[in-house]
Amino acid sequence: MKLYCLSGHPTLPCNVLKFKSTTIMLDCGLDTTSVLNFLPLPLVHSPRLSKLPGWISKDGSINLEKRELLDLSTIDVILISNYHCMMALPYITEHTGFTGTVYATEPTLQIGRLLMEELVNFMERVPKAQSATCWKNKEIQRMLPGPLKDAVDVWTWKRCYSMQEVNSALSKVQLVGYSQKVELFGAVQVSPLSSGYSLGSSNWIIQSHHEKVSYVSGSSLLTTHPQPMDQSSLKNSDVLILTGLTQMPTANPDGMLGEFCSNLAMTIRAGGNVLVPCYSSGVIYDLLECLYQFIESANLGTTPFYFISPVANSSLEFSQIFAEWLCHNKQTKVYLPEPPFPHAELIQTNKLKHYPSIHGDFSSEFRQPCVVFTGHPSLRFGDVVHFMELWGKSSLNTVIFTEPDFSYLDALAPYQPLAMKCVYCPIDTRLNFHQVSKLLKEVQPLHVVCPEQYTQPPLTQSHRSDLMLELQPPPMPYRRCSVLNLPFRRRYERVYILPELANSLVPSEVKPGVSVATVSAVLQSKDNKHTLQSVPKAPPVAPSKKRKRVMEEPPVTMAPKPLLSGAVPLEAFLATLQKHGITEVKVEETADGHILHLQAEDTLIQLEEDGTHIVCDNNEPLRATLRDLVLRFLQKL
Amino acid sequence: MPEIKVTPLGAGQDVGRSCILVSIGGKNIMLDCGMHMGYNDDRRFPDFSYITQNGRLTDFLDCVIISHFHLDHCGALPYMSEMVGYDGPIYMTHPTKAICPILLEDFRKITVDKKGETNFFTSQMIKDCMKKVIPLNLHQTVQVDDELEIKAYYAGHVLGAAMVHIKVGSESVVYTGDYNMTPDRHLGAAWIDKCRPDILISESTYATTIRDSKRCRERDFLKKVHETIERGGKVLIPVFALGRAQELCILLETFWERMNLKAPIYFSTGLTEKANHYYKLFITWTNQKIRKTFVQRNMFEFKHIKAFDRSYADNPGPMVVFATPGMLHAGQSLQIFKKWAGNDKNMVIMPGYCVQGTIGHKILNGQRKLEMEGRSTLDVKLQVEYMSFSAHADAKGIMQLIRMAEPRNMLLVHGEAAKMEFLKGKIEQEFSIDCYMPANGETTAVTTNPSVPVDISLNLLKREMVLGGPLPDPKKPRTMHGTLIMKENSLKLVSSEQALKELGLNEHQLRFTCRVQLQDPHSDSDTLHRIYTHLKSVLKDYTIQHLPDGTVMVESIVIKVSSSAEDANAKVLLLSWSYQDEDLGSYLSSLLKKGLPT
Repeated sequence: MKLYCLSGHPTLPCNVLKFKSTTIMLDCGLDTTSVLNFLPLPLVHSPRLSKLPGWISKDGSINLEKRELLDLSTIDVILISNYHCMMALPYITEHTGFTGTVYATEPTLQIGRLLMEELVNFMERVPKAQSATCWKNKEIQRMLPGPLKDAVDVWTWKRCYSMQEVNSALSKVQLVGYSQKVELFGAVQVSPLSSGYSLGSSNWIIQSHHEKVSYVSGSSLLTTHPQPMDQSSLKNSDVLILTGLTQMPTANPDGMLGEFCSNLAMTIRAGGNVLVPCYSSGVIYDLLECLYQFIESANLGTTPFYFISPVANSSLEFSQIFAEWLCHNKQTKVYLPEPPFPHAELIQTNKLKHYPSIHGDFSSEFRQPCVVFTGHPSLRFGDVVHFMELWGKSSLNTVIFTEPDFSYLDALAPYQPLAMKCVYCPIDTRLNFHQVSKLLKEVQPLHVVCPEQYTQPPLTQSHRSDLMLELQPPPMPYRRCSVLNLPFRRRYERVYILPELANSLVPSEVKPGVSVATVSAVLQSKDNKHTLQSVPKAPPVAPSKKRKRVMEEPPVTMAPKPLLSGAVPLEAFLATLQKHGITEVKVEETADGHILHLQAEDTLIQLEEDGTHIVCDNNEPLRATLRDLVLRFLQKL
Repeated sequence: MPEIKVTPLGAGQDVGRSCILVSIGGKNIMLDCGMHMGYNDDRRFPDFSYITQNGRLTDFLDCVIISHFHLDHCGALPYMSEMVGYDGPIYMTHPTKAICPILLEDFRKITVDKKGETNFFTSQMIKDCMKKVIPLNLHQTVQVDDELEIKAYYAGHVLGAAMVHIKVGSESVVYTGDYNMTPDRHLGAAWIDKCRPDILISESTYATTIRDSKRCRERDFLKKVHETIERGGKVLIPVFALGRAQELCILLETFWERMNLKAPIYFSTGLTEKANHYYKLFITWTNQKIRKTFVQRNMFEFKHIKAFDRSYADNPGPMVVFATPGMLHAGQSLQIFKKWAGNDKNMVIMPGYCVQGTIGHKILNGQRKLEMEGRSTLDVKLQVEYMSFSAHADAKGIMQLIRMAEPRNMLLVHGEAAKMEFLKGKIEQEFSIDCYMPANGETTAVTTNPSVPVDISLNLLKREMVLGGPLPDPKKPRTMHGTLIMKENSLKLVSSEQALKELGLNEHQLRFTCRVQLQDPHSDSDTLHRIYTHLKSVLKDYTIQHLPDGTVMVESIVIKVSSSAEDANAKVLLLSWSYQDEDLGSYLSSLLKKGLPT
């Protein structure tokens, strides 16, 4: 069993597991941090950006996992754990000869589709007249300035996919529900478990009858909107692959939420606007829910909240229809029936308005001061670019970063100098190190595999030994492009004995509570399922008349005799011989046992602890009798 | 031999009061717990005393599964759990869990508040009962305990309707509840994978019907409604608040829009708004088309359909009213029916099945004079139309499901005996499987023949698979040999050598040596070679080696030649074999005794 690690990013994993002749890809996250190397894509012409010397803005390119490690067309299935971890799907399913199936839950598929749609929309509405690729040449890249010079593997940076590719990729997704058992080729069973991180997010169990691998990716123990994490099903794993821990181990999500609200209220009261760069699904639901409770008490009842994204409406609508995937409290609301998320009420009372983009209705209905939620959190593309340009010059305004995926300083770099206030309240509800070690103590996997980043404290805080995984035995770290041999040996496989054969078996007890039976059977292997059935009786050979046979047929059946165990006790054996009329026995003691000389029959029997030797000439009936007598004292296996 | 037992307490050769007991692998499961619409006495509920004479059912049932929210499938649930007594788990899907208590409360109100019955379950009992419910997701495998697992499949029929697959070890049963194999305007079609259950328990409401296409029925329905409206008549459509009602609403809504009709459409009881809301929140349970477009246009927001008020019934002019309940056995639909029955311009359209004993059933059978309470009679002059919109599988659909699931046995419930008999014949003929149709209280036992799961050592398995070659030859099956070790509850199949090692036993070698005298006028080595060629020609399928150290090996049997000191032609062959080669050794010794061919 092997694990190929295609991504070094701990929260956007992409690993391939080879297990019992199946090749399973676990997640395919898209690392978009490389877009930070590019200039923002403005929606309206920006004189400032276009006057910058040197480098013209290019398409946000995207970093794809290393491909040389293995042939991606051999992948049988892809298991998706949450919608953030599927953004590279079109790259894998569309251009590698992939012919397998993708498994994901319904919310993961639907919201993942929205996020991809949004990304494509962001890119396509600002088409580039030219796109440069020559710079990717190593010789030229070497001469480029700044961080671009040091960027690795730029040749793997790809152009963004198209909607057509997204649709084609998503058509390969097969929907699964939590705890659904999916058989892969009869060899392996996979099953998603609730991971508590986002709508439909899942951890995966990959198991056969005797081996169990757990894949834990992006899990949360906080009570937000999704169904709580299923921990108990992770128990008894041979290997637990651990990815997607919090990127903000020192930031408490509740504290951040409080800070978010107070900064927001402060800015509004001072007459400024608040910009929240965020993804269109996920934490935004919790932010809106928090604001719903906060608005009245903070006297923000008249402040307009805008959510601007090509998929804003869909995201808000979809969030309301996944009752099965929500936490208990929200499910109870659906039973009433009421919408599970309070943003329905915010929309109904006109406090929250959503628009597909800043163009159209928004421009006429837009009132300030206001709060705007919009993407993309990298500040490189999407409507957020416009608001940064619009509000950046005034110190009354505030931008509040809530998404932890991008360094906010890097994100802000092209907008400097900036008068606007910047607040960083990253909200990452994924497991922290403390929660993880508690979880691992609980579920007790034999081995833990994790990105190498988790085995040492973060570079910036090298003294914080609490910000790493300390386990016994130590976890097996992986980095991009490593191939791990997972440490367990398969020793058993499930086979089914058909009833007819089972009834014909004759068990005998060899030890108290332990019985054995010899089995001779025909093995049938079909679809990786093995069955044993009785050996068919050979049809009687038709007497052939062509040739007169001088000799009898040699024995045809290859049924070997069972192995023997035990020893033949001398006294009892002699008594038995006597019963069968063999009385003249001369017993001679040797170093290892006895030699019995049957004088009348001129036959020798050598009895030893671990063997019996019968030397008998020309007397087949006698030999057969002796054989059977010896066998009486032995156990057959 | 293990057996699976199925006993219907209700819905055995009958429609209504669905309640089926299944015993499988030592587990007892109750499937549905419904009431009978046709009775108002004890026969209304299943006879739980069948399970136990005295006291609570908790000890006798491992779980209860409710397939959908119709009262003939869940109406007796609070009675069973709170009044008879059951504290174990009750499973149903999320929509069923949401809607079921509302219908139960409705049912309770009609029975207790309107008819004044006592000794009936209370509102609190419904709430307590619902607390015992564990929601099921589609396709989720729920482990009820270590051995019993259940899995729900989409059944169509109504919002949240499910079929369940029940499995203990390698034995399994599928219960369909009510299902529909053709998608309709708001729900999808039932689906199940090829799970090959030992028994498929299927409803058979429309066992003998093969319905014409849905489109024809819809056109017919619209035509009849339209004609009645045109001549100024009123149309009453008795429905249950959830299910068919929404489908017909969508149908009329689009028709009204297309034809630009002005006559009002009403929906009785305050449930509509709420009901439609359930459809919006559980939109993932509706059909693909509705699911795909719900962000742009939610099909369950109706423009033409308004809430009904009791006073509207006397308004002049045409109108269409959807009123509950669907079988005209009580409530608002019955009140409106009484008001409108006398006018032959009016029409009542029964869109679903009516249970025996209800007014709906009577008028559908052509009865024109109805005895009402208080000895009065009612003349039925209005037109009565029946239109099968209830989403049950028809004969074709049932056969289709059998093809999907490939059961080993079939068991019919929820249908009329005569019709079942017909379908049973068809099933037995087409699929050559046994088909049962037990009556209420009658037990059907089906013996199963499960294979025994065993852990085989991978070494042994791989060895055999290599021997078998990549393309197994069906004519020449390869036998494998091993030792099955039975220890506590584990069954392990390993090679005999490994078994010895694992059990800590020593191997005992049993060997035989046999001297054969032979007259052969050749040198020793020539004799040996002659033996070699002789055996080679006789034993075609065995490996025979002539070794340089002056021996011939047949498999692991050693043959040596020596000549006696006196007579160089008198050879002595020494054969030595172990017990494992006994058959061959014994054969060889007798063969060589016969001498070598000249």
